[in-house]
Amino acid sequence: MATAISRDEVTHLATLSQLQLSEDEITALQDDLSRILEYVTQLSELDTSGIEPTYQVTDLENVGRHDEVVEPRITRDELLSLSPEEKDNQIQVPKVL
Amino acid sequence: MTKIADYQGSSAVANVKKALEEAKKNEHYNAILSFCEARALERAAEIDRSNVTGRLAGVPFVAKDNFLTYGTKTTAASHILENFEAPLQATAIERLEAEGAICIGKANLDAFAHGGSTENSAFGPTLNAVDETRVAGGSSGGSAVVTALDIVPFAIGTDTGGSIRQPASFNGVYGVKPTYGTVSRYGVVAMASSTDTIGCFTTNAADAELVMDIMAGRDPHDMTTLPDFFGPEAVKRQQKIGIIREFMTDDVDGEVKERVSEYVSRMKAAGHNVEEVSLPILKYALAIYYIVVPAEISSNLARYDGVRYGRRAQSATLTELYGKSRSEGFVRENKRRIMIGSYVLSSGYFDAYYLQAQKARTLLIQAFNELFDTYDVLVGPVSPTPAFKLGENSSDPVKMYLADVMTVPASLSGMPAISVPAGKTATGLPVGVQLIGQRRSDAALLALAKDLEADA
Repeated sequence: MATAISRDEVTHLATLSQLQLSEDEITALQDDLSRILEYVTQLSELDTSGIEPTYQVTDLENVGRHDEVVEPRITRDELLSLSPEEKDNQIQVPKVL
Repeated sequence: MTKIADYQGSSAVANVKKALEEAKKNEHYNAILSFCEARALERAAEIDRSNVTGRLAGVPFVAKDNFLTYGTKTTAASHILENFEAPLQATAIERLEAEGAICIGKANLDAFAHGGSTENSAFGPTLNAVDETRVAGGSSGGSAVVTALDIVPFAIGTDTGGSIRQPASFNGVYGVKPTYGTVSRYGVVAMASSTDTIGCFTTNAADAELVMDIMAGRDPHDMTTLPDFFGPEAVKRQQKIGIIREFMTDDVDGEVKERVSEYVSRMKAAGHNVEEVSLPILKYALAIYYIVVPAEISSNLARYDGVRYGRRAQSATLTELYGKSRSEGFVRENKRRIMIGSYVLSSGYFDAYYLQAQKARTLLIQAFNELFDTYDVLVGPVSPTPAFKLGENSSDPVKMYLADVMTVPASLSGMPAISVPAGKTATGLPVGVQLIGQRRSDAALLALAKDLEADA
């Protein structure tokens, strides 16, 4: 099957998406993504010149709230306890660079 | 099938014990991922002591496992949240509890609600309530099955592109996807923020009305919630109803069309005026959906990084930690959608895909609005087929997506749509009819369904 996207593009998308994929997964996803992109490409047939995009469907605009401090429902300790690794009241991660 | 009223007036502890017993008897359906037994029994005892009253006092229910709840885990049927215990509860759960309802457990779903069969659950598929060789539908498959099996009189779910309506139709129960913004999304695992809605599964229209009335309303924690508009209402006489031609083509299963036609005959017999209508742009709705929704998913699922919560993969560097935690924590369908989203949002492709889809979405909404100038309700099937076989569509993502072709239009438009049981096929598989209305017409749709149910 002719593929709509290359293996290199799949690898690039994985990097953009912070996904570390195996070689088999890259092969499978190249096929999957190609099928999906081939399907959605039909939208290019549609004439949308002069049409404004719709980003939300609530009809609401600029919903405000009172300028008051709201006490959080969750405590700092509760949040920290959700973290897989915690040290000295902070979330611990491996070296960044 | 049992109704909410069947649970009222009896001991809450007895109700909860019975529901738990039924759930455990039906464990092989894999409809429930975890129980909040201790908390449920504690709350039931409190209700029996009359410390809690309300319109659902002592009534047990099940929540899809993407609602944050106390007393058990919230996994979104994913490995990355496998052991996640929520520090707060969803507004929808809080509102039901305030009326005395008792959550007994969490229902299976496609991981992060990505799918239409519940086969994408990291913890195995849910079996159809009527035929165990078939899918439950999805993504709220577990919620539909527990309602259909009479384990609980109602369950709650989320519907982003059909995830309540389609499993409701596959299992023969009512399913409500409300107007976008009807129920607060606070405390619910986000999928696609511009189409995520919260609704319910019930065995009859009146119960759906009650549950939606309780969950609906403005919430300061979700600024997209609409000011109160939902309230049960009486059926309007002589409605103008449009049957959607594009949903009744030769591609649709013959028996599904027959059941829908019979329902339409009942509408006519009740005095409503039914005409055929056409919405040619529906042809593009699925393509719009599978651009817009993956784009929003890629953004919403960026938060699962293995750092602040969820499962973390052991790694030497931070980049590797992100990549491995996400790769191990997501199922393949999650990865497909995240990567499609990254693709359609990336520079060079944004205009051709994402922007084009959002413009096409405007055209879709305009076409619906034009019809709603004349018609009160649009009608058609929920799904082109009854429940399909387990494994039948799982090898080809596009084939699976096509099962959503009739449910995504209302989602993209923010319009309410309900799935109403409309009988069965010759082999006994349930068929659902879909009623779609203009925004904020939720109560009118339910009133119509209730009225026609009485005629059945």
